[in-house]
Amino acid sequence: MRVNFTVNGRPQEADDVWEGESLLYVLRERMGLPGSKNACEQGECGSCTVRLDGVPVCSCLVAAGQAEGREVVTVEGLAEFAEDRAKDRAKNGAEERAEDRTEGCSGTVRGSGGASASLDAAQRWRAHGTDSQTGEGLELAPIQQAFIDAGAVQCGFCTPGLLVAADEMLERNPDPTDADIREALSGNLCRCTGYEKIMDAVRLAAARQSEGV
Amino acid sequence: MDFLRPASWEEALAAKAEHPAAVPIAGGTDVMVEINFDHRRPEYLMDLGRIADLTEWEVGADSVRLGASVPYSRIMEHLRTELPGLALASHTVASPQIRNRGGVGGNLGTASPAGDAHPALLAAGAEVEAESVRGTRRIPIDAFYTGVKRNALEPDELIRAVHVRKADGPQQFSKVGTRNAMVIAVCAFGLALHPATRTVRTGIGSAAPTPIRATAAEEFLNAALEEGGFWDNGKTVTPSAAKQFADLCAAACNPIDDVRGTADYRRHAVGVMARRTLTWTWESYRGTRRATEGAA
Repeated sequence: MRVNFTVNGRPQEADDVWEGESLLYVLRERMGLPGSKNACEQGECGSCTVRLDGVPVCSCLVAAGQAEGREVVTVEGLAEFAEDRAKDRAKNGAEERAEDRTEGCSGTVRGSGGASASLDAAQRWRAHGTDSQTGEGLELAPIQQAFIDAGAVQCGFCTPGLLVAADEMLERNPDPTDADIREALSGNLCRCTGYEKIMDAVRLAAARQSEGV
Repeated sequence: MDFLRPASWEEALAAKAEHPAAVPIAGGTDVMVEINFDHRRPEYLMDLGRIADLTEWEVGADSVRLGASVPYSRIMEHLRTELPGLALASHTVASPQIRNRGGVGGNLGTASPAGDAHPALLAAGAEVEAESVRGTRRIPIDAFYTGVKRNALEPDELIRAVHVRKADGPQQFSKVGTRNAMVIAVCAFGLALHPATRTVRTGIGSAAPTPIRATAAEEFLNAALEEGGFWDNGKTVTPSAAKQFADLCAAACNPIDDVRGTADYRRHAVGVMARRTLTWTWESYRGTRRATEGAA
């Protein structure tokens, strides 16, 4: 069967999809997006986490046909997704900030990082530049940069799922407690058991996010 | 395999009537596991994801009509007051990713004795709204589970909603597992106090071929609470009554030994959870009573 859906903001069409095929399989094997990892195939490990119409789900448990007409964001599109979100927020928050802050850096900073996290964004740009792995020539998403800076990546297999899940949590809950982080990431297993650094990375991303506002 | 995509509930019923072997898929958290592992190759897979009605709920005077596909995360967020037991149980389901997809209809359709929603539904009191092209019927939750992963649905029927009685008193849910997330219950226990009818209802998961109520335990406790005037005087349940209740709950189990736990452990743990949930709910009931009296 044929499945039409949007992946990372672009309309896609997959042909000859087997009816029992998972969204994960379509993404990896038909769309050439191997960022979402295939590990347990039963929703236990979270390595295949993607956003489906904005909601984090295990793509191994979504039948390909169920994605028809829906929007999927994978780790490959996370940087662009985060940038768009930051731009939207900057636009919405610009007037508020103009009223709130009467001195200093009240203006909207135009640039790749959007208005939020301007100083931090500049620092990140110098330190890491564009990443060919994203394929977009974009700056990394803040959560991706935080994972690198905190040393939260070991073998890297669980990382894509964790990034998508953590990014969604920070979108919803900008000031998470440790318990919030643990719960939000409870569906993502790291076999290197690098959880402490992962916690550090999410805390770091949260702190940078709040500084940027 | 054929993939059916009914755009409406009526289309889904018609498709199910035409292809009774069609396997409905909503959140996919059970069905896709079976397909991924090649344990199941249904001739027809029927996606219910396009039927918006299934993800809606209505809060009525006495009960909540909960659409079969309302995700657990929604129940946790929006129905904590009306369905506290089910909201607590929902929170113990797997992980955020799974709770974003799975719903009570899937738990009922799969009818695993380990389904987290079952003890809460049994304790609260619920009816399953099943429908086919032949008509609609409401199946009392006590009559719904017929065997290990078997339920009372006819081959042409689909679960549209579940009608759960709104809480009229404190409810609790407890589950034993190796960690808080991603755990299939070793065993689970739900308890609901119903001050309006002066009754207590229970639900036991993973400790018998089907989810069950501990009816003998309920009868004992109902009588003990009534005799002692506990509903009126709001006294603490005596330790001996709590122990007897716990023992009867344990005795209601008919568990097996498996990788998750032994039958003996399950019986023991159900007794412990019964005593604890009774204490939690009863203390909460007493607290509410005191607060009400204090205000009056």
